[in-house]
Amino acid sequence: MLRRSLQLALGRDVLGRGLGTHRGGSTLDWNGKMSEIKKKIQSVLPGGAWTQLHDTSYLPPEHSDVVIVGGGVMGLSVAYWLKRLERPRGAIRVLVVERDHTYSQASTVLSVGGIRQQFSVPENIQLSLFSIDFLRNINVRAKTSGGWGGDQSFSPERGAAQLARGIREQKQEGAKVCLMSPEQLRNKFPWINPEGVALASYGMEHEGWFDPWSLLQGLRRKVQSMGVLFCQGEVTRFVSSSSHAETPSGEEVTLKRVHEVHVKIDHSLEYQPVECAIVINAAGAWSGQIAELAGVGKGPPGTLQGTKLPVEPRKRYVYLWNCPQGPGLETPFVIDASGAYFRREGLGNNYLGGCSPTEEEEPDPENLEVDHEFFQDKVWPPLAQRVPAFESLKVRSAWAGYYDYNTFDQNGVVGPHPLVVNMYFATGFSGHGLQQAPAVGRAVAEMVLHGNFQTINLSPFLFNRFHLGEKVHEHNII
Amino acid sequence: MAAPRVPLHLMAPVWNRDTRGIHGLSKAVAPEGSRRKGRSLLQFLADHFYDVQALREYLLRKQVLKVHQKNRFQGKEWIRPNTRGRFSLDFLTFPEVPVEAVDASGSAINYHGLDNLLALKELQSLWLRRCPHVDDWCLSRLHPLANSLQELSLAGCPRISERGLACLHHLQNLRRLDISDLPAVSNPGLTQILVEEMLPNCEVLGADWTQGLGLGPEEQSQDAASPIPA
Repeated sequence: MLRRSLQLALGRDVLGRGLGTHRGGSTLDWNGKMSEIKKKIQSVLPGGAWTQLHDTSYLPPEHSDVVIVGGGVMGLSVAYWLKRLERPRGAIRVLVVERDHTYSQASTVLSVGGIRQQFSVPENIQLSLFSIDFLRNINVRAKTSGGWGGDQSFSPERGAAQLARGIREQKQEGAKVCLMSPEQLRNKFPWINPEGVALASYGMEHEGWFDPWSLLQGLRRKVQSMGVLFCQGEVTRFVSSSSHAETPSGEEVTLKRVHEVHVKIDHSLEYQPVECAIVINAAGAWSGQIAELAGVGKGPPGTLQGTKLPVEPRKRYVYLWNCPQGPGLETPFVIDASGAYFRREGLGNNYLGGCSPTEEEEPDPENLEVDHEFFQDKVWPPLAQRVPAFESLKVRSAWAGYYDYNTFDQNGVVGPHPLVVNMYFATGFSGHGLQQAPAVGRAVAEMVLHGNFQTINLSPFLFNRFHLGEKVHEHNII
Repeated sequence: MAAPRVPLHLMAPVWNRDTRGIHGLSKAVAPEGSRRKGRSLLQFLADHFYDVQALREYLLRKQVLKVHQKNRFQGKEWIRPNTRGRFSLDFLTFPEVPVEAVDASGSAINYHGLDNLLALKELQSLWLRRCPHVDDWCLSRLHPLANSLQELSLAGCPRISERGLACLHHLQNLRRLDISDLPAVSNPGLTQILVEEMLPNCEVLGADWTQGLGLGPEEQSQDAASPIPA
């Protein structure tokens, strides 16, 4: 059965095979290396082609053990945990390739930054619980040699009030949530209009929101101090080798192995081939394109060969408004049954919020232009109905960001691809990636270093489920 | 019904050889001039008893958290160690006495150490002044004490910001809240107003609302609510 062969593939310690390849001398023979060395020496000697005046520091290194495509919070988290869990220290060279160092379109920094454990899938709850623990200890865990710098405090401001689903599971996993009736809602938060609300679930601890930019910058600094290399460039090509294998049922499958990643430098045709052992696809909204470059999904539809990575960018709007009469300091991150959500921002009665559009109204993800009509038609009415004080408000600004939307089941894809054996995914989180990033980073690092998940078992999130049709259905998606 | 507040200053060393048991303590007290930086100790009803749990918590805390400042528990009066840093064995004579007030000011209590405090279901007064490790996350853990906690003092804690103060919304029975001298709070005056709005029945001590306003007529009052850059 294909299933068994897939399980076999996953059981291998891929890193051991990957890193051992060159030392085992299977691809590069000693003579080839010698001629390379001779060429280099000749170019350095007078009369040769090498000149000292060129600065190649913008180019990525020629060899790297792990190449992480995408430098957002997910990619940086994987880099952090790879460096943290590697034995011995300094054993693995990690390169993070990020196309845009200003992060102008990155989902991480455009996110509203909420974190909650109110999910229906137990793995999601565990991921979120670990991440909040990580954030709480971040001043300790991620101290760089130069100090943390500035005030980077991630406080658990308020819980998210949401109509209840799966409370029992959340409590089992250790989330501190409680159910509230409409009467209790009105008592606790007098500014809520509980009409039409059957139940609300309120997270008392470990929920709230934080500043994603601070997390990103902090991770970046920490990861740089741990020795991870950064490169600004775009991945344009994967050079891989294929081999054929036969499944126990007699099907022929092509196993691919990525050997080189071609990183193209911005505003230039120059590219650098980076030899690598492992590739991690953490490209967020553009993971689908990266996966296609690696040959994921090239085959007859319906087979594992032909299963594409179902992650595509979806545009989401966030609006910032000011409402002087709005709810006070105790306001939690409120998610309404209609899908509209909001939270406070700062001390001055400013609020951030938005709403996910329905499938038919999906905006074109071509650019990040904001549609202000969407606020008038789809976000404001449900919020004003829920919080009467919001009937008079003034929108100050708005922006748009991408969800790396998993069209299959809106949950993340984590782990290796069964056929492209050294490509690992950490993407597709459809709007709750930021809050799960620390835990997912650790899971991917464990998979790379040990070959299996050791702390949180994310096997339901493997790539196989797209081919096998097993959806991991999460009810509480906003 | 509350007993009248008598300024009760215990001499150090507290435990005279003459005192035996709870009732003996009151005889050993002699009012003195301002000690303990002018802070007065409260006197509660004689019907209060201690919890054996309190003793275990104290011992655990002493070992694990290396508290160099003495934690004080309250029965009729404050219990604190004598000059040699030991608690009197009279402690063991207080079985099943619920702890009413804890003064952990200046101690090294942290997020995990609060486990001990949260078990005290009848805690009425909690002082966490100048605790260097109490931060916003610790404040979010205080919600189990919502039914009984009436007084909370966080003065001088360097890590508490307005985000942690927002978590105090759960403590609906709070009557006195001291949030003075919090260096990490960005706008003390505005924060005080917001906290007062959040806890209408509570008397909030702390910053004056004029703090943070500009000095002099030519300076406009600072607008704390700067719009968030998109």
